[in-house]
This record gives sequence, C-alpha cells and structure tokens, in this order.
Amino acid sequence: MNLSRTARTGLWAALAAGLGVIYVPLLVVVLNSFNADRTFGWPPPGFTLKWWSAAWRSSGVRDALWTSVQAGLVATAIALTLGTMAAFAVQRYRFFGRDTVSLLIVLPIALPGIVTGIALSNTFRAVLGIELGLMTVIIGHATFCVVTVYNNVLARLRRLGMSAEEASADLGADTFTTFRLVTFPMMRSALLAGGLLAFALSFDEIIVTTFTSGAGVRTLPIWIFENLFRPNQAPVVNVVAAALIVLSVIPIYLAQRLTGQDSR
Amino acid sequence: MSLKRSAAATLHRHGRLRLSLLLSAPLAWLGIAYLGSLAALFVTAFWTTDSFTGDLVKAFTWDNFRDLVTIDVYRTVALRSVWVAAAVTVIDLIIAFPMAFAMAKLASPRAQRWLVILVLTPLWASYLVKAYAWRVLLSSDGLLGWGYGLGATVLTLSYLWLPYMILPIYAGLERLPDSLLEAAGDLGARGWRTFRTVVWPLAFPAVVAGSIFTFSLSLGDYITVKIVGGKSQLIGNVVYDNIGAANNLPFAAAVATVPVIVMLLYLTAVRRTGALENL
Repeated sequence: MNLSRTARTGLWAALAAGLGVIYVPLLVVVLNSFNADRTFGWPPPGFTLKWWSAAWRSSGVRDALWTSVQAGLVATAIALTLGTMAAFAVQRYRFFGRDTVSLLIVLPIALPGIVTGIALSNTFRAVLGIELGLMTVIIGHATFCVVTVYNNVLARLRRLGMSAEEASADLGADTFTTFRLVTFPMMRSALLAGGLLAFALSFDEIIVTTFTSGAGVRTLPIWIFENLFRPNQAPVVNVVAAALIVLSVIPIYLAQRLTGQDSR
Repeated sequence: MSLKRSAAATLHRHGRLRLSLLLSAPLAWLGIAYLGSLAALFVTAFWTTDSFTGDLVKAFTWDNFRDLVTIDVYRTVALRSVWVAAAVTVIDLIIAFPMAFAMAKLASPRAQRWLVILVLTPLWASYLVKAYAWRVLLSSDGLLGWGYGLGATVLTLSYLWLPYMILPIYAGLERLPDSLLEAAGDLGARGWRTFRTVVWPLAFPAVVAGSIFTFSLSLGDYITVKIVGGKSQLIGNVVYDNIGAANNLPFAAAVATVPVIVMLLYLTAVRRTGALENL
C-alpha cells in the first residue's frame, strides 16, 4: 500500500506508544508487589518477598480463589451447552425471530452489568424467594457467558457448511452418531476457545456478582474490592493483583495453541 | 438402542422438532428467565417503598420517573454518565484505530500474531487489578500523582476498555483486502482520501462493534468511579446507593432504566450496520 514514510512512522509510533500505555501500569503493579514500602512510595526504597508470603498464607485469598474457580467452571459448562444449542439453531435453520435470538444473547453483555445484577437479584429474592449464594452467582455468570460460546460456535458453523455431515448421513450414520463422530470433533477448538473466554469473563466479573452473591460467598474480585480500601491490606491486594497479571499468560498461551491448531 | 434409533430417525425427519429442541433451553434461560427478570425490575420501577417501614408499596405510580426527570441532581448525573461513556468511546477509537491499522496492514504475519497476543493479554488480567493499577499510579505519592476525580475516571475507563476497541477494528481491517487499498492508490488517492473513502466505510461495522463494548461498559460502571473517581458520581453509583444504603429498589430500578434505554436505542441504531455479528 502506498503510504507516505511519515504516515508509516506515525502509525508504528502510535502502536508502540499504545502498547506502552497498556503495559506500564501492569508493570508498576508487579514491581510494587516487591516494594518494601507499605504504601508503595515511588521509587521503592527496597525490595522484599514478604508480601508474597503473606498473601500465600491468607485464608481469605485462598477461599475466594476456590469460590471463583467453582463459579467459573459451572457457569462455563452451562454457557457451553446453551451457546452451542443457540448457535446451531440460528446457523442451521430459518425461522421467525431468528435475528432476535442474536440480540437476546448479546443483551446480557450489552446492558450495563448493574442492570443485569439487580434484575436477577430482584427475581431471586422477591419473585422466587431463593436465598442468594454460590448457585445464584453461577446463574448470573452463565447468563452473560453464553455470548462468547455462541459467537465462536456460530463462526465455526458458518465456515464449515453442511457437506461433511451430509456425507456422514449418506454413509448411514444416524443423527447422534454424526454429531459424535463428525460435528463435535470439528467444533472442538471453537468450543474450547469459547469456553476459555467464558471462564475468563466469569473469573473477572464483579458487578453482577456483587448483587447475586449472598453474605458468605466471596469470589476473588469481591475479595479484592473489599480489601482495596484497607490500607493495611494494600500489599496483599497488590500481590494478588500481580499474581493475576502473571497468571493471565496461561489462558493466552492456551488460546494461541488453539488458533494455531485451526490454521493447520 | 432401538429407542435411540427411533429418536434419531424422528429427529432426522422433523427439522422443526430439532429446531425447537435446540432453541428450548437457550430461550427458556435468556428469553424467559432473563427477559422476565428485566421486566419484573421494570415493573418495580413503578412502585414505591414505604419511607417508614421500608416495605415495598405495590401501587402504580410515575413518582420515581418524575423525580428522575425533575430533580436536578439525577439529570446531571445521567447526562454526565452518557458524556463519560461517549468520551471514553471517542478516546479509545482515536487510540485504537491507528494501532489496529498498523497491526493489520503494516505488520508482517508473524509480527501480527505477537501483536494480537500483546493486546489480548491485558484483557485476561483482572478488571479490578487494572483500575487498581491506576489508583496507585494516580495517587498523590504515586508515579503520576495527578489525583482522583472525573478526569481520572475517564482515563481509567479508556484504559480498561481499549483492547475491546482494538480487537474488533483489527479483525475488521484484517478482513479488508489489501487490493482495495492498492486500487485506491492506483486511482490516485492519497493516504487520507483512501482512509476516508475506502478504509473507514468498510471498517465502520467493526468500529461500531467496538463502541458497543466501550460505551456500554462505561455507562454502567460504578466500581472504577469508586476506585479513582474521588467524590464523583455516575449513574451506576446512584443505582447502587439506592439499593444499599437507601434501600429504595423501586427508585434504583427507575434509574437503571436510563442506561437500558440508552443502550437499546444504541443497539437498534447499529443493528443495521451488521455490527452485532462482529462482536
């Protein structure tokens, strides 16, 4: 493409600057987790590992982490089921209100979290009379996680077409056998990618969680938020934050492996 | 086994049955439970609470909406929230577009892969962690030390949602064939004219897809404001405070309809651009 030299340099500079802005705050958090100064004075007077060991011993952190993992796994399982079903329906059939289904699935993530949060909490407590707890958190999370699976599966179905499944049927396989041997294997990486996104969305969510979790249920984001304004907890909060930044490399690595598989 | 066989045969013959089975669970969950919850919340907005006992008074009234429109504070907060969401969207667009363009059209395929990873990675780092990072940076003895307030909120929200703007635009630009850009060049168009007449119109659905995220995520936010906003209030805070401290769910519900209406107008307006399929 015929871009002037200045335009090229400008665009590269914008990219570099943008990435710099994205990473500097995260680096500061990681560095601060070793900052010997309790109030994160800058520049750090010295470096220490004691906040990391304090965070490791904190039972509040461990319990919250376990709650988050449970909520994320179950919500992801539900989202995988519902998202796949809806994607098949929308991609493989023509029916009245088909466009509305897409809109309906995007809605929980397009509407502000606080609206979804209070609407669900109101239904649980006032309409259904259910006690808020881990179960209600999971229902809330699953609601806005469906979209990630739906979009991934829909994109895959669009690309695949029907021919492999028709061939399978012609060879005598029934509906279930075709799904097990043909459709599902072709969908696997799309399901993994969608599921990974759903888990990440759930793991990070705080607003819907705030309104749908009962008194005793504390996910990791809720724990962080509760302790954010307590000065004596600041170093431990910072370590949890740093750990989450470092751990976020894992899903990225997995997601890359998946897309690598697809391109082969 | 024969039951399974006959089920498979029935499903194979009756496409409509297959469709209803596929749609049943998603529609029950999102269509009935979720939309039902939104409807129930909307109904609540027309009720009131007894100021003495705090109980719900289930009698129809426009009072909450009248308060919302006539009391200055709420109008100011609502307008401020829309303004903040719009500002965040514009800032993100200005930062994201050149970045996405450089990624999609200037970088080599190998570099592209790495750049996408670089942009994606912070998405997986917790939202709270990033808001918190800015709290530390902006605090008076932090690295930047600019202090907290509405400006800090816009800055932090723009930072938080930037990848949500970069990725759809990048995907949109990547799909845009290079040959179109070359054709524009061959026909004598310079960089700016190519951008205005070829790149921008074709990338527009992707831009809108990104803006749905940045706009909606900013519109409902009350956490970032609490972390870096100092004393500033956005519409989310009004909803939150009315549920918590004030125990006035009906009024909170009425306030919550504001972002819903704004978002529904937005979604309806952009549905034709095909942006929803770009999410």
